[in-house]
Amino acid sequence: MTATTADSDAQAREARRRRITQIMVEGRAFVALIVIIIIFASLSPNFLATENLIIMTRQVAFNAIVATGMLLTILHGGIDLSVGSTVGLTGVIAGTFLEGYDVPLTELVAYPSVWVVIILSLAVGAFVGWLNGFVIARLNVAPFIATLGMLFAARGMALVISDGRTFTQLRGDPALGNTGFLTVAGGRLLNIPIPVLVMLVVAILASILLNRTPYGRWLYAIGGNPRAAELSGVPVQMVVTRAYVLSGLGAGLVGLLLTADLVAATPRAGQLYELNAIAAVVIGGAALSGGRGTVRGTLIGAFVIGFLVTGLVLVGVSVFWQQVITGVVIILAVALDQAQQKLMASGRLSGERKKQKDAGGTGSGDGVEVSAPAS
Amino acid sequence: MADETSTVRPPLVELRDMHVAFGGVKAVDGVTVDLFPGEVVALVGGNGAGKTTLIKSLSGAHPADAGQILIEGQPVTIHTPRDAKSLGVETIYQTLALADNVDAPSNVFLGRELTTRWGNLDSSAMEDATRKLMARLNPKFENFIVPVQSLSGGQRQSVAIARAVHFNARVLIMDEPTAALGPAETEQVRELIRQLQREGLGIFLISHDIHDVFDLADRISVMLQGKLVGTVNKDDVTVDEVLAMIILGKRPGEVTIEDIAELH
Repeated sequence: MTATTADSDAQAREARRRRITQIMVEGRAFVALIVIIIIFASLSPNFLATENLIIMTRQVAFNAIVATGMLLTILHGGIDLSVGSTVGLTGVIAGTFLEGYDVPLTELVAYPSVWVVIILSLAVGAFVGWLNGFVIARLNVAPFIATLGMLFAARGMALVISDGRTFTQLRGDPALGNTGFLTVAGGRLLNIPIPVLVMLVVAILASILLNRTPYGRWLYAIGGNPRAAELSGVPVQMVVTRAYVLSGLGAGLVGLLLTADLVAATPRAGQLYELNAIAAVVIGGAALSGGRGTVRGTLIGAFVIGFLVTGLVLVGVSVFWQQVITGVVIILAVALDQAQQKLMASGRLSGERKKQKDAGGTGSGDGVEVSAPAS
Repeated sequence: MADETSTVRPPLVELRDMHVAFGGVKAVDGVTVDLFPGEVVALVGGNGAGKTTLIKSLSGAHPADAGQILIEGQPVTIHTPRDAKSLGVETIYQTLALADNVDAPSNVFLGRELTTRWGNLDSSAMEDATRKLMARLNPKFENFIVPVQSLSGGQRQSVAIARAVHFNARVLIMDEPTAALGPAETEQVRELIRQLQREGLGIFLISHDIHDVFDLADRISVMLQGKLVGTVNKDDVTVDEVLAMIILGKRPGEVTIEDIAELH
């Protein structure tokens, strides 16, 4: 009798300990974010000031938007290294049109309206993505190689088009009817910076796409087992190509937002954005091998990196150490992820979760039966 | 059984004079096989005999170079898995072609998801349909919302079979359906195959396991080096005779006592 009570007590404690471990491991990016906020809030009184939060979030938004597109390519088991260059290229395209485009073979200079400029620039971003997708899905070039090539090519095109110079006349001229770019892309709505609003819209759309549509299901399935997806009749080439188109589109959006933010379009904008985006996706719990990852995790990952870097600046850590610390955080995140996967594979967490989700289920018969009381 | 049916109606599937070559290698060389409703035809042969290649021309995974495919007497063309599926030909692959990272309903409906009229996934409808399907195929199956990678081999095979039969399959191709399974699970899958047979499906069974073959098949088609050695009724032959066909390429009448001795 007493023995049984002690037994079930021990079991309950054990189950609770496991639950806590599970929550810590699965929500580690979120836990890390909270820890970062607490540490920097206590070290720097300005950290939690509204204006600082808004500025930090605006910086995070650029990376978060790129990272959301990156997530789509990583989910199928690929990667998009060209996003940083696409950011630079679309910025240059926008700058060219806003300053006035010399139509070839004529004396004309075209000043398209701001909406036309925005759509043209996004189209260029999507086109770069489509080229990536075509080379990867149709020509079977490894995503790493294809997008590495595009990293150079798109950056090169940005330099060619701009001739290496920076565009600064982005304000437009009322007489030409092309004003408003800086307001549309760089302003605020209800005191929230436009990039932050764009980030929210992108995140919501991407969540719906991944969780509520056949397309999202296909992307996950391709990441899990591309051959199975193909044999099941999933249009793999189309799904993969569109992932890169969307990634390019995201980079194009950021190209516009960054141009408005800097009030200048430079062909060198967006360098290393691909690496920050990959870091955000990975910290957010996605597997580089594909098939696993969420928009929510990616957003949290972007916030972890953004808040960490800004926080280090605020408390006066040298720029050099910032990079070291960011690097350590990325490696820690992936190491923890590996540990979690190992744990899941050994059936401990998965067995327990199965019991919770599938109440009354018999489990997979791994012989691990954990009694998890509701309390 | 097969003979009675054939006098009334054409076979469910007929593969006529099929040819598939890889470079200079004739993987399938003029093979003709057929299949009737409610019948299991086993395709046997050693490694590289061409069984899987032959069957890929029917499943759409790798179209044949020449030959004719007839379904219920009508010539059809099959270039992709989608073509095959639209004709009611479903395939269960050797390597359990499931997407490990998604759950059972997602696998069952992969590529043919149910959507609401808004175009978004109808997850509850897919789960309901999968539950109904499993109640028929494998009542013990209860893990509907975990990634299939955490399921046992037999449960995974149930998912693969559920996926194959859900969309009104008439012809089922099973490539080594029990190769990766333990004894209890093998029996479970065999029972499933008998169940589908009773429901009137025609089943092509590729197997290395001679016990599977003799337990399940009505007829046995033996291939060797891309050619058809012959098709026999299971009840007319012994295991040794089939082994002689597989290894020596000799039909039952041609086998000598020395040949049989050599096999042992």
